Amino acid sequence: MKENIFPAIRLTVICLLFFSGIYTLIVWGVAQFSTNAGKGEIIKQDNKIYYANVGQKFTNDNYFYSRPSAVAYNAAGAGGSNKGPSNPDYLKDVQARIDTFLVHNPGINKSDIPSDLVTASGSGLDPHISVQAANVQVKRIAKIRGIAEGNLQQLIISNTEKPLLGFLGTERINLLKLNIALDNLK
Amino acid sequence: MNTEITGIILMYAAVVAMAIPLGKYIGKVFSNEKTWLDKIFNPADKVFFKLSGINPLKEMNWKQHLVALLTINLIWFLLCMFVLMNMSWLPLNPDSNASMSADLAFNTSISFISNTNLQHYSGETGMSYLGQLVVMLFQFISAGCGIAIAAVVFFAMKETTAGKLGNFYFLFVRSCTRILFPIALVVSILLLFNGVPMTFDGKDPITNLQGDTVQISRGPVAAFVAIKQIGTNGGGFFGPNSAHPLENPSYFTNIIETISLFLIPIAMVFALGYVLKRRKLAWTIFSVMTIGFLLLLIPTVINEMNGNPAIAKMGIAQPMGSMEGKEVRFGSAASAYWAINTTVTSNGSVNAMHDSLTPLSGMNALLGMMVNCFYGGVGVGFLNFYIFIILAVFISGLMVGRTPEFLGKKIEAREMKIAMIIALLHPLLILAGTAIASYLYAHSPVAYAGWLNNPGYHGFSEMLYEFTSSSANNGSGFEGLGDNTPFWNIACGIVMLLARFLPIIGPVSIAGILANKKYIPESAGTLKTDTATFGLMVFAVIAIVAALSFFPALVLGPIAEYFSIY
Repeated sequence: MKENIFPAIRLTVICLLFFSGIYTLIVWGVAQFSTNAGKGEIIKQDNKIYYANVGQKFTNDNYFYSRPSAVAYNAAGAGGSNKGPSNPDYLKDVQARIDTFLVHNPGINKSDIPSDLVTASGSGLDPHISVQAANVQVKRIAKIRGIAEGNLQQLIISNTEKPLLGFLGTERINLLKLNIALDNLK
Repeated sequence: MNTEITGIILMYAAVVAMAIPLGKYIGKVFSNEKTWLDKIFNPADKVFFKLSGINPLKEMNWKQHLVALLTINLIWFLLCMFVLMNMSWLPLNPDSNASMSADLAFNTSISFISNTNLQHYSGETGMSYLGQLVVMLFQFISAGCGIAIAAVVFFAMKETTAGKLGNFYFLFVRSCTRILFPIALVVSILLLFNGVPMTFDGKDPITNLQGDTVQISRGPVAAFVAIKQIGTNGGGFFGPNSAHPLENPSYFTNIIETISLFLIPIAMVFALGYVLKRRKLAWTIFSVMTIGFLLLLIPTVINEMNGNPAIAKMGIAQPMGSMEGKEVRFGSAASAYWAINTTVTSNGSVNAMHDSLTPLSGMNALLGMMVNCFYGGVGVGFLNFYIFIILAVFISGLMVGRTPEFLGKKIEAREMKIAMIIALLHPLLILAGTAIASYLYAHSPVAYAGWLNNPGYHGFSEMLYEFTSSSANNGSGFEGLGDNTPFWNIACGIVMLLARFLPIIGPVSIAGILANKKYIPESAGTLKTDTATFGLMVFAVIAIVAALSFFPALVLGPIAEYFSIY
């Protein structure tokens, strides 16, 4: 044991310098050449800065709604609800979200509401919603904003992100981009 | 075909295609053969050894290996405790986060040196950037330590080693610099250019489009995430790990991270084949692991894609499957795929919240950790599998009435005793831990009300999962559990410590003892260990040990929950 202690301490210090120091500096150095110098991809709109990958809370009726979030979309401390599938309180919450949605979206069939719109994401910052989740809100937004439903459907189509290379993963909509485009429609 | 399914098929095909050549490369690194990275790393390694005063060519026997391993881990533990308890005044703390309490620092330190990376803190508020960079060091060196010790067992399995098993420091440094470092560098740069931040700036306050004010946590994420995936570590930069959109921003980064998670565990099996020059044995082991993996994976994907029946009853559509705790950009299939990948390999990173998985998926995630050797953690996964091989050799030997032998070495009472102790340790830690926690909760539900986020069977699963994850050195969690309390910090810390080091000491001593025995050349009477029959035997041993030990606990948790909602 004794003959190992000092080599072990010295080796640990060198590893610390190499893996915490040099490795980090190399990656940080390369980051200076990436989009926005590794500070996160941003979208500029009306002189304001938003993060493209970080979801925002949309609860007003004149925007497409975001998914529910356990942390109210505050990226200071992200997290999911961690509710189990059989938890009765959780199921009551989901039922309440469905009821609220129906109140705000008259004339919509319950069976057209996709579950992503009434369940919280893992991070609480999900930047996306499904295409169905956007379509089911067209009627409400058309009425409030006085835009033809066809124009909104066109907007959804042009903001739909296809699966990677066309055959890998999900089809989805970046909600922030969609709502910015919605504001720009006027 | 469904694009979510093609996504996971591609991820698996890609990882196997990369793991085979990587396994050969790892084998060369262990055996000190020439590789194309020597030009860079031969001088680098010399600096490591010279500055630390180590002679990397000094041969060690198995006991010396273990002493070297345990000594350096003790140093790591002390260093980690010091940093975590003093972060608040140390540099690189732009968000002014506080230092950890002693019990949380104890848990976190053991968690990182044991390659578990169970996190009872949340990265955004519980760690300074210095703390993050130091725990990132442990993601390299704890993984390197596991790989090095697996190499020792590989050497011991050779026909004629005469007790010479290489030098621990030599294997450790090479595992870190030549295996983990180059892969982590490539992965971090790929992530960087696909939206993962790498900055030392603190939180950014912004006003949302709708007018709410929020703060965006950032940090040196890309470097951290790469090694967390590569080294089967799993400790996330942010609280929700790779579900966080800055830690895993797109389906493409998800593919990279999922492949990274799985790559070295599979490659280690092929490295074994290369070192021992027994490719067929490697393929037999790979097949057993793959069958076990698929048996857990397929039902999980189906269950998640079908959605939660309790929500189906409300009359809404579930076109994307069960979406609670999942991200739209990954979808159910890729989330289920990750959940099984991360639990069979002892990685423990997540891209969806396991607490919200449907009951049988939660059970399969638990089973992956209970078996803990379908691929398994880097290095140590193979050590766990080795124990099951020894048990299977012994049982098959008894069944056909021959002296049990493995690769030309007799397996006798002493080795069997060690193997049984290690095989039983895992269920003991999990079940005893869960029993104590359940007892405490059941007897004073008011005092411990903060523990459980969900009532009933699922609440029991939360406690079972925490101990299983600790004992499997996994680190994922049913995160609803209120686990930053002295009880959970200390109990899980002790479990992680025992579950890391005893399953290293056991297999290394078995392999060391066997290496010193006389080699018996293969004859017609030898039990062949690279056949499908033997593979089946190993699988049966694994299934019986896992099923018999854990079945009652699974019935009380996920299975009962399943019948309550289906």
